[in-house]
Amino acid sequence: MRIVVLVKPVPDPAAGSERLGPDGRLDRAAAPAVVNGNDEYALEAALKLAAAAGEGSDVTLLSMAPGSAPETLRKALAMGATRGVHVTDRALAGSCAVATATVLAAALRTLDYDLVLAGVDTSDGVGGTVPASVAARLALPFLSYAARIEPDEASGTVRVRRISATGYDLLEAPMPALISCTQVLGEPRYPSLKGIMAARSKEIATVSLADLGLDPAAVGGAVPTTSLLTATAPPARAATEVVRGSPAEGATRIVDFLSQRRII
Amino acid sequence: MTAARPRGPAQSIVAAGAPVLRSAAVTATSPDHGPYQLTEEQQLLRDAVRVLADERVAPRAAEIDRTSEFPQDLRELLAAQDILALPFPLEHGGLGGDLLTVCLAVEQLSRACATTGLILAAHELGALPIILAGTPEQQTRWLPRLATGEWLVAFALTEAEAGSDAAAARTRATRDGDDYLLDGSKRFITHGSVADLITVFAVTDSAAPRHRRLSCFALEVPAAGFSVPRIEHKMGIRGSPTAELAFDRVRVPAANRIGDEGEGFAIAMRTFERSRPGIAAQAVGIAQGALEAATEYARQRRQFGQRVGDFQMVSAMLADMDAATEAARQLLYKACVEIEAGGPDAARWSAMCKLVAGDAAMRVTTDAVQVLGGYGYIDEFPVERMMRDAKITQIYEGTQQIQRLVIARALLGKDRAPLG
Repeated sequence: MRIVVLVKPVPDPAAGSERLGPDGRLDRAAAPAVVNGNDEYALEAALKLAAAAGEGSDVTLLSMAPGSAPETLRKALAMGATRGVHVTDRALAGSCAVATATVLAAALRTLDYDLVLAGVDTSDGVGGTVPASVAARLALPFLSYAARIEPDEASGTVRVRRISATGYDLLEAPMPALISCTQVLGEPRYPSLKGIMAARSKEIATVSLADLGLDPAAVGGAVPTTSLLTATAPPARAATEVVRGSPAEGATRIVDFLSQRRII
Repeated sequence: MTAARPRGPAQSIVAAGAPVLRSAAVTATSPDHGPYQLTEEQQLLRDAVRVLADERVAPRAAEIDRTSEFPQDLRELLAAQDILALPFPLEHGGLGGDLLTVCLAVEQLSRACATTGLILAAHELGALPIILAGTPEQQTRWLPRLATGEWLVAFALTEAEAGSDAAAARTRATRDGDDYLLDGSKRFITHGSVADLITVFAVTDSAAPRHRRLSCFALEVPAAGFSVPRIEHKMGIRGSPTAELAFDRVRVPAANRIGDEGEGFAIAMRTFERSRPGIAAQAVGIAQGALEAATEYARQRRQFGQRVGDFQMVSAMLADMDAATEAARQLLYKACVEIEAGGPDAARWSAMCKLVAGDAAMRVTTDAVQVLGGYGYIDEFPVERMMRDAKITQIYEGTQQIQRLVIARALLGKDRAPLG
């Protein structure tokens, strides 16, 4: 089982210091980069699938990101991924979701895989369109919102339990296929210390637009399909009231609070 | 053992004609292995342990203290994440971490939970006799299982009547064919009730000079005649079982003897040179945890219309706590480098870092309780636990008084064996 996981370095949401620069683009210096949370869940699912499939399985990380990305990708390699492919090019700065999908699709054409896994969205842009766009460009079956993934190598198919508004849908598609992954798949593992040591010598291949045969004028900041007009921070939250005490007391006070405001 | 050092120019501070001290001015004449800088690898490992400590260990700390139950779940976590593998050589499945790297891990774990930090520190302590003095065959037999964390190992030297005076131990090992028979008892043995292997120090020749009486044995348990009659109720590190061990004609193969007969005391002292920094690391971690808790409280708590941290009397305490913790940490890291370099002063460095760190931890945690006032004295906040946990770092693996003795002997150049 060969699996590619799409991975994006994003500003650490826990740092609480994400912000946009004057050009409306993400200020990458404002917060340390981490692997996008949902991508870690996708990677965890990939590692489990690869381990279950046994011999000959591997997990490749694919990331389109600025030059500092390998530092972030090491953590994903420490979790157990086999290698990384880092698409980076100055011309890619300011890429919109469409350009990102074009580049990732081009990079995937150079790789062998049975499955491509991606997080359902990323915590910085929260667009959630890239996985579907990549699948469309490669004419891959697209299985979204996966809560469970069950490949069957003998029949060359994969079954996915998709979260729906009313419960679950059970989808089946031939492999290769692209799956967008939810957190229901299971908590990502902590990298072991041996994993961290091993990750230091794992390969991260650097790929440019020229390597992919893409024209810099056709992708990236030069040809955005969307542009940011304004960004407004949500209003600051009012003072928080913390309820302490026994569960019974706490419940009573919360119910009183809500009923006084006619919320319940 | 502190070797006499060559007299160098630094001793010109001694007035002409005055008797020349045999090894005075230790720091001026000993080799100095230079400043340390954490390697990228050490920082990565430290940060990984810190994340694990924050997310998985800290939420368990209060419960471990309250129930006094050994946290098997965290022992398994440390094993699964290869943290217990840190002190073991690569060829035996370990990570081959140097002393400083092991201490970084103990520090980060102890910052969240001193009992959990001690799982690694005590595991290293128990294994050190085998790492330092075991034959290749013995190392191959035990170290892989210790490195994976499948087995825990305990170190059994102290007895009811032989604490600081470890050479006074009375547990006997009597030769019987291809075996020895162990008789006696040990007390205050960390992990004594949860270990699968115990490095036991016992008298093989009661007529020999004091420091040639003991030998070291690796005892696999359970074993016929071996029992744990008591687990102590303690002030701190309450989740770490401190056991009394009883030996009634316990058979241990001669092939399990670590080192030659009579080498036990020397092995124990060499072990302490490398294990005391682990306790210093535990102390630094506890101090750091208390400093962070006190600082956070001083930021949030308001009295007289302002943050309590903005009162100078409180802010000065926090500043002193930070400075004391950092000073202890820097001495510890430097000591690790010096000990690892194998200089003649290893015993002195190891005693100094534990002395300074243990006292810093006690002072910082006591002040943390003070910063929190009434909230510091109750278990709603972690600092009272940290204060109770800190106390042991001034006592075990040599009391602070014994550390001073070791340091003073290095300073004064007494060519007597250091105390245990």
